[in-house]
Amino acid sequence: MAKSGHDLIDIKVHVWRQKDAKDPGKLVKYDVAGVSTHASFLEMLDILNEQLVAKGEEPVAFDHDCREGICGSCSMMINGRPHGGQKATTACQLHMRLFRTGDEIYVEPWRAAAFPVIKDLVVDRTAFDRVIAAGGFVTANCGSAPDANDNLIPKEHADKAFEAAACIGCGACVAACPNGSAMLFVAAKLSHLHHLPQGQPERLHRTSAVVTAMDAAGFGNCSNHYECEAACPKDISRDVIAEMNKDFAKAAFIHRDRSTKADGGG
Amino acid sequence: MSWFAKYSRSSIGAKHVMAVSGLLLLLFAVVHMLGHLQMFGGQDMYNKYANFLQSLWEVKWPTRAGLLAMVLVHIATAMSLVAKNRAARPVGYAVYRPVRSTAAGRSMILTGLVILAFIVFHIVHFTLGQVQPGVFHTLDAQGRYDAYSMYVYGFQNVGLYAAYLVGILLLSVHLGHGAASWLQSLGFRHPKYPYDKLGRLTAVVLFVGYMIPPTAVLVGLIKLPGA
Ligand code: HEM
Ligand code: FES
Repeated sequence: MAKSGHDLIDIKVHVWRQKDAKDPGKLVKYDVAGVSTHASFLEMLDILNEQLVAKGEEPVAFDHDCREGICGSCSMMINGRPHGGQKATTACQLHMRLFRTGDEIYVEPWRAAAFPVIKDLVVDRTAFDRVIAAGGFVTANCGSAPDANDNLIPKEHADKAFEAAACIGCGACVAACPNGSAMLFVAAKLSHLHHLPQGQPERLHRTSAVVTAMDAAGFGNCSNHYECEAACPKDISRDVIAEMNKDFAKAAFIHRDRSTKADGGG
Repeated sequence: MSWFAKYSRSSIGAKHVMAVSGLLLLLFAVVHMLGHLQMFGGQDMYNKYANFLQSLWEVKWPTRAGLLAMVLVHIATAMSLVAKNRAARPVGYAVYRPVRSTAAGRSMILTGLVILAFIVFHIVHFTLGQVQPGVFHTLDAQGRYDAYSMYVYGFQNVGLYAAYLVGILLLSVHLGHGAASWLQSLGFRHPKYPYDKLGRLTAVVLFVGYMIPPTAVLVGLIKLPGA
């Protein structure tokens, strides 16, 4: 364990370099010397990029925005775990004090057919947006704001909704899953709305709509391995997937809804 | 497309099909194991039971047809899921470190295919009598088919004992994941109940329950009548 002071470590990073979607790409090894143990993982990549720019090389492209663990941009696989594998931590919140001089660190993009690599560590996650567009919302008229106590919500329900709403859509669940399945993300979005009264009217329709969009995007199936739960930086539980599985059966067997009628089914 | 076809082809619908077919097969496996434990009741008890099952053709054939259908549905769905899951990750990781999944869970398709081979072998052995034709469909003192003696001859043979040991071991490993997994797939899981333990418990109970009578035969505790 590093002292509380500011130590410097020398590490080797193997980073996935890929010019564009068509380039086959490869891992390239870089030496990064004098990294402060107080630096975050992304700051370490910034240091590497400064070295690359100084040498006239192309810096490593990676997604980042808030750098405080709330936006879900900083998607990357670190040593075989999404976000580096520290419990409930995003890559931007991972610190270099976890590493030691001489460590070799592998950094790769999320791997999934539904998340094609755009460049280096950056993947296209618009498949998640398509899932949200299919049903990750409530259809409500925007009138004036309702009175705060009009709609009573038990504390336990509000807590459950909030736990699911903590999802930042980073895609770590997809990256961690051996099948590239997005079920934890999709189920979290459903659970968020389905523990609130506002989510009830469209509940079964929403469930089947988002699952259909998820399948169309080319995500894999859940085999109940729960790697997603272990990788989630917001600690979202597999319980949300069980809720979605049950609602999906209800949607198929006992719900007659506008979309199934239009399909000629029902 | 009918709503059911659409449902069963969806990712979660396919999970439900796996879970329901797997659960029905699991229930059969438990009942079948209980039947074999009657070997400890002696020749008369076991043969009475075996002949009772054989005589109920109204039950026997629908059960056989149902089991065959479940196995076919379970395997066909498993194959299609495996193919879709592979396609969902066309490029793998250079370094990938699973932390939560179990070896049993990750090898479902492998253990499943070995179980399939084992089931075929088991049917050829005891239902069709082609492995030891000399001891198949002999009659006991009451003139009934002597299933008891056939069982004893089977497991006095170390090679056959070993084949069943491997088959049952892999069935238990498969169910070590499967016997808990169906609860999650169907959404019955509830955090109040320790369902992960159910998988391991089922695996141990099935392994021990299935292997006790053959082991008793092998070590000479269960003998041929008159031996
Ligand atoms: C005959 C060949 C078999 C094959 C190829 C096979 C294959 C599989 C596979 C791949 C899964 C995982 C499904 C997924 O990832 O979603 C699975 C699950 C399961 N299998 Fe089998 N299996 C076979 C036989 C059996 C038998 C004989 C039983 C019961 C005695 C059984 C019980 C189960 C159960 C309970 C599940 C869990 C269902 C779920 O919740 O997903 N399987 N099987
Ligand atoms: S950069 Fe926003 S969560 Fe990491």
